[in-house]
Amino acid sequence: MAIIIDYDAGNLRSVQRACREVGLDAEISADPERLRYADRIIFPGVGAAGPAMRSITANGMDEALKEAIARGVPTLGICLGMQISLDHSEEGDTDTLGLIPGQVRRFRFDRPELKIPHMGWNEVRVVKPHPLLSGVCPGDEFYFVHGYYPCPDDPNDVYAVTDYEVEFACALGRGNYFGMQCHPEKSGRVGLGVFERFARWDGSC
Amino acid sequence: MLSKRVIACLDVRDGKLAKSIKFVDTKDIGDPVEKAREYYLDGLDELVFYDITASSDRRRIMLDVVEAVAEQVFIPLSVGGGVQSVADATDLRLAGAEKINVNSAAVQRPALIAECADAIGNQNVVLSMDVRSVTPSAECPSGYEIVINGGRKPMGIDAIAWALEGERLGAGELVVNSIDADGTREGYELNLTARISEAVRIPVIASGGAGRPEHLYDVLTKGKADAALVASMVHYGDYRISELKRYLHDRGLKMRMSW
Repeated sequence: MAIIIDYDAGNLRSVQRACREVGLDAEISADPERLRYADRIIFPGVGAAGPAMRSITANGMDEALKEAIARGVPTLGICLGMQISLDHSEEGDTDTLGLIPGQVRRFRFDRPELKIPHMGWNEVRVVKPHPLLSGVCPGDEFYFVHGYYPCPDDPNDVYAVTDYEVEFACALGRGNYFGMQCHPEKSGRVGLGVFERFARWDGSC
Repeated sequence: MLSKRVIACLDVRDGKLAKSIKFVDTKDIGDPVEKAREYYLDGLDELVFYDITASSDRRRIMLDVVEAVAEQVFIPLSVGGGVQSVADATDLRLAGAEKINVNSAAVQRPALIAECADAIGNQNVVLSMDVRSVTPSAECPSGYEIVINGGRKPMGIDAIAWALEGERLGAGELVVNSIDADGTREGYELNLTARISEAVRIPVIASGGAGRPEHLYDVLTKGKADAALVASMVHYGDYRISELKRYLHDRGLKMRMSW
C-alpha cells in the first residue's frame, strides 16, 4: 500500500486520483504509524513550509518519514513536500528535514512583468537520467505553482531543471528519495507517466 | 519561460453545458464532463467550470459534476459560480477543484477574497470580474465598470480600482471578462485587458469575445494577457484546442505543444 502523507488537512485527492489512474492503490493518512507498513510514500505539496514542518514534527511524522526513507521505501516529494527535503527554507526561515543538502530560496525579480508565484506550464529539462523521468522528452512541460525554489548544494542531486528568469532544479533526488517542484498530478499524460513509473520503481537509480 | 495558456470555460446550468450571448440568451449544448475530457485529451492547459445560475439563484454548485470532471481531467481545474464563503470554496476544493473563482459575492463583501486566500492559498483564489464599458465618470474614471449577478447589476465600481483591490486582498489571478464582447465572437476587449494587465502583478486571463485564432494572438500580445479563455469557438466545433495552440505556436508564442 502506498501512503500519501496528510499533514495539513489540505486537498490531497488530486494526487490520489492520479495514483488511481495509473493503478496505484494509495491511502491518505496523517498517522505516522502507517508509514511503517508503507511500501511507497508520497509527500505532496500544500501550504507553507513553517506550518507544514510544525505539523509533521508535532506528531512524529518527520521521524517516521526519515526512518522509512532510510529503510529504502521509494518516496516521492511534490512541490512543498519536496522543498521540505532540503536543509532550510527562506519561507518563514524554517529548518527542514535535511535529506538533501541545500536551501530553498524565494524568487526575487526586478522586472515587474515576471510574476510571482511562478504559475503555469514550463519545460522540465532532464539533465541526468532517472527511472522516474525516463519518459520525459525534450519540450515536455509540467504545471508549476510556487514562489520558492530549491537550491541543492550538490549538482549530483539534480535530475532536471526549469527556467524562470533563473534556472532552478525542478527534480532532485538521492537513492530512493525523489522530489519534483512541479505538480505531476496536474500535468496531463506527461505527469501521469511519473506516477506510472513511481508505481513500479524499486528505489534504485 | 512560462507558456501562454489556452483555457476553456464550461458554463454549466442545471448540470448541462450552456453558452450565453451577452450573458442573457442561454442554451444547452452538451455534457460538461464529456467536453472536459475531450479538450483535456486535445491539449487544453486549464479548465474553468462555471455555474452560471448559481449566483442569482443562490443555488449550490453541482459538486458531483466537478468531482466527475476531476476524476478524468489531470490539468488544473478552476471552479466558480455562487461562491459565497470559505465553506463553499473548501467544498469545491474537496470535490476536485484546484482554484476557486469568486465574483459577485466578493464585490459585495471584499473580505471574502482575503478569507479564501488564507484558507486555500493566494495562488488558488481567482478573482473573476465582469466588466462593461461606460462613459468615464468620477466613480469609474477608467470608463470600465464592474457588474455582478451574471451581468445584470452595475455596481458603480471602477474595474481597474477593483482589480488592484483584489490583488491587494490576496487574489492570485484575475479573469477579466468583458460583458460587451462576451458571446459576440468579434475579439477580446484588448484595451481593457491591457490596462488591467499593466496595473497588476498577478496573471490575467482574458475572457469574452473569442471567435477566431487571431483574437487569441492579439490578446496574448497587445492585450498582455497570460492566458486566453475560450468557449463558443470550441464548444460548437468551429475550432479544436490543438488547432488554436498550433496557430499561436506558429506565430511565435511559447505554448505547451506536447501532451
